[in-house]
Amino acid sequence: MHLTQHEEDLLESDNDAVRKAMELLVKLGDIYGAEEMIEIESAQASGISYKSIGDPGVEFLEGFAEEGAEASVPTFANPAGMDFDRWEEMGVDPDFAEKQQRIRDALQKMDIILSFTCTPYLAGNLPRRGQHVAWAESSAVSFVNSVVGARTNREGGPSALAAAITGRTPKYGLHLAENRQPTYRIDVEADIETQADFAALGSWTGRLVEDGKPYFTGIDAGGTDDLKSLGAAMAATGAVALYFVEGVTTEMEPPENVETATFGEAELQAEYDELTTADDPELVVIGCPHTSPEEIQDVATAVEGKTLTSDLWVATSGAVKTWADRNGYTDTIEDAGGMVLADTCNVVSPIEELGYESSATNSAKAATYLPGFCNQDVAFNDAETLLAEVTE
Amino acid sequence: MTRKTGGNANETAADEAIDAEAITEGTGRGEVLRSPVPISFYGAVEPDTGEFIEDGHPLEGENIAGKVLVFPRGKGSTVGSYVLYGLANNGCAPAAIVNEETETIVATGAILGEIPCVDSPDAPLSTLEDGDTVEVDADAGVIRQV
Repeated sequence: MHLTQHEEDLLESDNDAVRKAMELLVKLGDIYGAEEMIEIESAQASGISYKSIGDPGVEFLEGFAEEGAEASVPTFANPAGMDFDRWEEMGVDPDFAEKQQRIRDALQKMDIILSFTCTPYLAGNLPRRGQHVAWAESSAVSFVNSVVGARTNREGGPSALAAAITGRTPKYGLHLAENRQPTYRIDVEADIETQADFAALGSWTGRLVEDGKPYFTGIDAGGTDDLKSLGAAMAATGAVALYFVEGVTTEMEPPENVETATFGEAELQAEYDELTTADDPELVVIGCPHTSPEEIQDVATAVEGKTLTSDLWVATSGAVKTWADRNGYTDTIEDAGGMVLADTCNVVSPIEELGYESSATNSAKAATYLPGFCNQDVAFNDAETLLAEVTE
Repeated sequence: MTRKTGGNANETAADEAIDAEAITEGTGRGEVLRSPVPISFYGAVEPDTGEFIEDGHPLEGENIAGKVLVFPRGKGSTVGSYVLYGLANNGCAPAAIVNEETETIVATGAILGEIPCVDSPDAPLSTLEDGDTVEVDADAGVIRQV
């Protein structure tokens, strides 16, 4: 791989973390056939929850911070295993909380923004079209590639951190224009109306195309939250990092000569059934990926003046929660018996240890991960329906 | 590679070397510990002792510290990279790693933990037998019988 003089210098750095970070990027570049490095504008670090990375991860992050690791570009942290202000109310074990706090301290030492969100693009880190970034959270990767038009591969925890430290990433994969073309065409004939419909379309498509790049026809409109749900689902059941929606995210004509499939009403209904294994959820969670202000407003409207018959979490970033607090949405939701939680979500927090066995969600990503990561039976439906079922 | 036969006077040290692709740098020497199946380090190896604890794995009960660990490839959780780093920090890392193919989990851990690592040897992994003492020279991309 061709390296600039500066990059050669990083490989010889006296700072152990910088040297190892550069060695890691060069080696990964060799493995993936990169010819050079590309400078990045921002990074996003994953593997932040103690539940995900355990003691080895805590020791790695502390060790790497000790060796001199420091972000050289704006770097946002993915969600943690708890709300840092309300972990006791959540019922999180003090030992878990202590480990999670050590992770936070190590991130702070490395100058990583303590954003703890999977939607940095809603909370202070929005790239521009064509910018190169190194992001690791699979749904955020999908969103910035597909909706924003920035360029990132699906990074892992260490490779995103190495990119954050050195300010560069190997130039291969989705950093190259020739790899950003549709490889699959999905003709959508079902009516896609709710955010959960977008999510169900996503989980069906991800399973079908795996790491392909689907192009959707037949979707008339899609808001930011709809596209967020679509991409998150495809990145969970498949490894989709880039997708196209005709007339919504791209002006490109539908591709010819690629594999094509049709998503009709039967597929839509079957996907809801596929994602649902429970009918009496103990916990309803809205916020996978983290909610926008508008989604919190919608939840507040649905539960205002009512009483919840199950637990309810609304998961979001600390930034968005601040606005929900100010507007009174948090009080409305909590008066009904719910919680608005920052920094975490139902997938990366230890909900199986909090006594929950069944969850409801409008997220196909959460519905995919909850059974395996959290031992949950799952009810999948749109937020309005789920909330109507648990309010009186 | 040519294994030692004892009787051939023309045999040289070079005959006993296996060429391989360098993944990291450095040289490590130790006894071979070989797994015929892939390894997921997370949950399988204790980072503070090097003990292999995964139920039913061929290496269960062994200790990988200071060994030349030979296995086809890594698998499983990406947290495995952190386990290799932790082993190195705790002085319990393998002396070297030899793979058929070093995928990104093991490559990442070997780089962060500065563990000599090679892959794609030009002889089957089974030519390296438990108890053999070998030197893995990741700078030269060579495995030598000692």
